[in-house]
Amino acid sequence: MRADPVREISPAQAQELIDKGAALLDTREQNEWRAGHLAGATLLPPVEVAARVQDVVPDRSRPVVIYCAAGARSLRAAYALAQLGYQEVYSVAGGIGRWKAEGRPWELPANTPAVATNPRYARHLVMPEVGPEGQAKLQQAKVLFIGAGGLGSPGLLYLAAAGVGTIGIVDFDVVDLSNLQRQVVHAENRIGMKKTESAAMTIRALNPEVKVVQHVEMLTEDNVDQLIAGYDVVIDGTDTFETRYTLNDAAVRHAIPVVHASVFRFEGQLTVFVPFEGPCYRCLYPTPPPPELAPGCSIAGVLGVVPGVMGLLQATEAIKVLLGLGDPLVGRLLIWDALDGTFSEVKLRRDPNCPACGVGALARQAQTADATFASAS
Amino acid sequence: MTRVRIPPVLRTQVNGQKEVEAAGSTVGEVMHDLIARYPAMGEQLMAADGGLHRFVNVYLNGQDVRYMQLLETPVAERDALIILPAMAGGR
Repeated sequence: MRADPVREISPAQAQELIDKGAALLDTREQNEWRAGHLAGATLLPPVEVAARVQDVVPDRSRPVVIYCAAGARSLRAAYALAQLGYQEVYSVAGGIGRWKAEGRPWELPANTPAVATNPRYARHLVMPEVGPEGQAKLQQAKVLFIGAGGLGSPGLLYLAAAGVGTIGIVDFDVVDLSNLQRQVVHAENRIGMKKTESAAMTIRALNPEVKVVQHVEMLTEDNVDQLIAGYDVVIDGTDTFETRYTLNDAAVRHAIPVVHASVFRFEGQLTVFVPFEGPCYRCLYPTPPPPELAPGCSIAGVLGVVPGVMGLLQATEAIKVLLGLGDPLVGRLLIWDALDGTFSEVKLRRDPNCPACGVGALARQAQTADATFASAS
Repeated sequence: MTRVRIPPVLRTQVNGQKEVEAAGSTVGEVMHDLIARYPAMGEQLMAADGGLHRFVNVYLNGQDVRYMQLLETPVAERDALIILPAMAGGR
């Protein structure tokens, strides 16, 4: 037996030992493993390595090559293995980082989605909270924007950039010069063009992998169910109470989360309505105010960046909902005052008597369903 | 005195101020004192029956007064009220 069973070796020496039949261990975390590992390696994260090594390498006289990202964790693990009686343990100095830098072959775990190797999403793929699985979820996701205007513009850009696979856009309007003060998804040479087409052009230029579904129509009671069905999240970027209530009631019926925002001059409000988990729009405001109390942006004006910021916060909340990350703004209304530079928050509650998602509404819905069933059978 | 945050849509009624002070030991008293100081706000906040309009939400220290004791909710000196009518703008 050698005096010191642990030795640090170069990637070239490691390759030689592996070829001669040494056991190969990877002592990193799952998310690092998923981003790529050496062929034939077994993953034993640092906290498990001492407890599980005997299952993987029962013969303590067999040489073991162990690596991590840069060589520190594997060296510690090597000493732990030596203490357990392993006679020859080699830690790869510089880890898989140096291995890759030398152009040596490595592989991705089996059943890795193709998106996991797409360099476009490299900054997402290295984050444990997103990673290849999260990126694949985004690719599978369908997000519907109601309105390709001030709120929709930045969200369309960033969700397309983030790799959301399918983006639907509902807008019946055309690009107007007065839109361009804030609606950055459009361009001056597209004045007069349908907003859905203009937004689709920008998205194609940014990320041609995204499928854009254009709905050139106004959202109404008649088409809302058909429009929102099949989407995972809806982003409400409309500017009338009528549309907001129509969307809300349908989203409750279909149990689709709505990321809600509204803006007025220097102020924005944001919340996430997840049906039956938190309040809906009617729990917050059961009836709309008279027009003089709620002028739209065309009358009252809005600082262009305000819908920009709120639209980006909507995109952020949508990604959180899609990936199940953090604490989405469910049951909380965020109020941003751009002039003060302050964010404040108030608590929203579900109204048990809500005409859309309250107990009575659900009973009515069940009755209608029963009646439909009875007449159909 | 209680600090009352005025929503942007009502700021013209209070000479452009974002926050004003009003006195009272309940939410209702504070609202009535506010309206006494700025009468133009009366119709916009309160319904004919003396209650809050349903499209106006009032939060006491971040909590909706409808889930407390409405206008009877006690207010202490250093409390903060937020008036929040619905707003729709998005384009």
